[in-house]
Amino acid sequence: MEKKLKSKYEKFYKDMVLIRRFEERAGQLYGLGKIGGFCHLYIGQEAVAVGLFSGAHKNDKHITSYRAHGHMLAAGVDPKIVMAELMGKATGCSKGKGGSMHMFDMDKNFYGGHGIVGAQVPIGTGLAFADNYNNKKNATYVYYGDGAAHQGQVYEAFNLAKLWNLPVIYIIENNEYAMGTSLKRSTAVTDLYKRGESFGIPGIQVNGMDIFEVEKAGIKAREHIEKGKGPILMEVKTYRYRGHSMSDPANYRSKDEVQKYRSERDPIINFKEFLLKNKYFTEDQLKEMENTIRQDVIKCVEFCENSAEPDESELFSDIY
Amino acid sequence: MVQITLREALRDAMAEEMRRDPKVFLMGEEVAEYQGAYKVSQGLLKEFGPKRVVDTTITEHGFAGIGVGAAMAGLRPIVEFMTFNFAMQAMDQIINSAAKTKYMSGGLISCPIVFRGPNGAAARVAAQHSQCFASWFSHIPGLKVVAPYSATDSKALLKSAIRDDSPVIFLEHELLYGHTFELEEKEIPIGKAHVVIEGDDVTITAFSYQLGNAISAAEELKKSGISAEVIDLRTLRPLDTKTIVDSVMKTNRLVTVEEGWFYSGLGATISTIVMKEAFDYLDAPVENVNAKDTPLPYAANLEKLALPQVENIIEACKKVCYR
Repeated sequence: MEKKLKSKYEKFYKDMVLIRRFEERAGQLYGLGKIGGFCHLYIGQEAVAVGLFSGAHKNDKHITSYRAHGHMLAAGVDPKIVMAELMGKATGCSKGKGGSMHMFDMDKNFYGGHGIVGAQVPIGTGLAFADNYNNKKNATYVYYGDGAAHQGQVYEAFNLAKLWNLPVIYIIENNEYAMGTSLKRSTAVTDLYKRGESFGIPGIQVNGMDIFEVEKAGIKAREHIEKGKGPILMEVKTYRYRGHSMSDPANYRSKDEVQKYRSERDPIINFKEFLLKNKYFTEDQLKEMENTIRQDVIKCVEFCENSAEPDESELFSDIY
Repeated sequence: MVQITLREALRDAMAEEMRRDPKVFLMGEEVAEYQGAYKVSQGLLKEFGPKRVVDTTITEHGFAGIGVGAAMAGLRPIVEFMTFNFAMQAMDQIINSAAKTKYMSGGLISCPIVFRGPNGAAARVAAQHSQCFASWFSHIPGLKVVAPYSATDSKALLKSAIRDDSPVIFLEHELLYGHTFELEEKEIPIGKAHVVIEGDDVTITAFSYQLGNAISAAEELKKSGISAEVIDLRTLRPLDTKTIVDSVMKTNRLVTVEEGWFYSGLGATISTIVMKEAFDYLDAPVENVNAKDTPLPYAANLEKLALPQVENIIEACKKVCYR
């Protein structure tokens, strides 16, 4: 049991550190002009995707917004093809035609990566509709942000999901800011987990900065689906350290606010302290894991640098 | 030959495809228990049950998105819009999700979905319920757009649309639902126009309800000694440019007919294609018959004035023939 736990914790740690290092590197590459367009980083929110993917079953489906890199990595997609997509290379997961916001992996049942705020919520509900139609016992994990939580289409989907008892877990990653607008400036009802109540969808609020809390809530939500109880809503309270996208200097919040999260509530630092305190791993062992990940990210970038841009013939492929 | 109403032909197309492929299902407002707002889905609930004939709420954005997700997961949804006017609420899911995901995913994800329902002007329902969206949807790479006229074409093309792996916009017309046609059972691929009447003096392109007006105009023109060739475009994207260009090379004159407005419309696109591919064959500037550039009025006289009429087509044909 202890061994199993240790191996799970190792995976948690490695997955979260990989996302952090990967995203830091993506930020740098953006600054160098090697990644273009919009680039929304997941730094600070790592425990959400890693915690929830750990409780998902093999054939469960996943769908999220444009802040998709972290989820792709948590799903176990090769970081090389994620980075290659960011850099617009032919080796990218979407052959370089989707970019940061449009990432997919059918082996991992990862249905994107969607660029329009809230659009993934009805689509994800449709994925669950298909499983229900096919009498499959899978769940669909639908991620969206606190900004998307106010979209009309979210509630159109809620209503039908409950009416049809669809196996869908709605996850609001509440990182407190919809681009530059804080939750308090967006809504009079800031407890977003209550947003399903009038449709008969139960909600739970989760501390998204603590991977144990996320994991526990994820398992509970997955059991809810397993029991055939229909949709469930999770509000996962998290925080993004960087701007909405790379082009956002995030002047709408104080440096102190960000610093307080970083120093007191960082999901990786706190988890690391837990691992050391309870002697699951030594400082050296964790350092070695970190170094390996650092090297992997460097190799990842090398792979992309050595990859070609898409062939010009790709301009007209995959339209129909 | 079998006589059948257009709504029956559409219903039969869906029923046959649903019998053939268990992944095909119909969803939309009033499609099941009410049997369709225009009775197009009559009898389908009884045969296929509520799992495959699914009533939705009056929330186009939401249920269109659910359809898109179901298609991405491998089902083959037919999403009925009570009319395409209401598809405006679902535009984001149709354009940004259904039409683009295959491209954005580098071909990993397909979206085999049909959005169907009546398009264009009905009778006296005024501006918000009377609009032709043919040019809107035709603008989008990633969508196929079909707008048939006859029962034979409607049945065959709806079956082709359901079998297609791309999202297909299938534009019907309320004023044709009760119209009785002779039905010929055949397969018709998406992307092929049909020369309905052969002629030598002028080519008329039309689609959906306006094809009827084009045929009437051609019959009238015959009396004046003008032989018009009438082409039913049937598919608007991909457009069968070859059939149009070949015809213009023969007749040397072109009149396009469209229930939508001229501005940024299909007639404008067809005119450009013909100018580029058959410039030396044109003996007159192309004429475009469209709805007048106004929202559609309610009053009977104004409504008639706003929409393309047989007389407008005749007039345009005479003009290009210098008669």
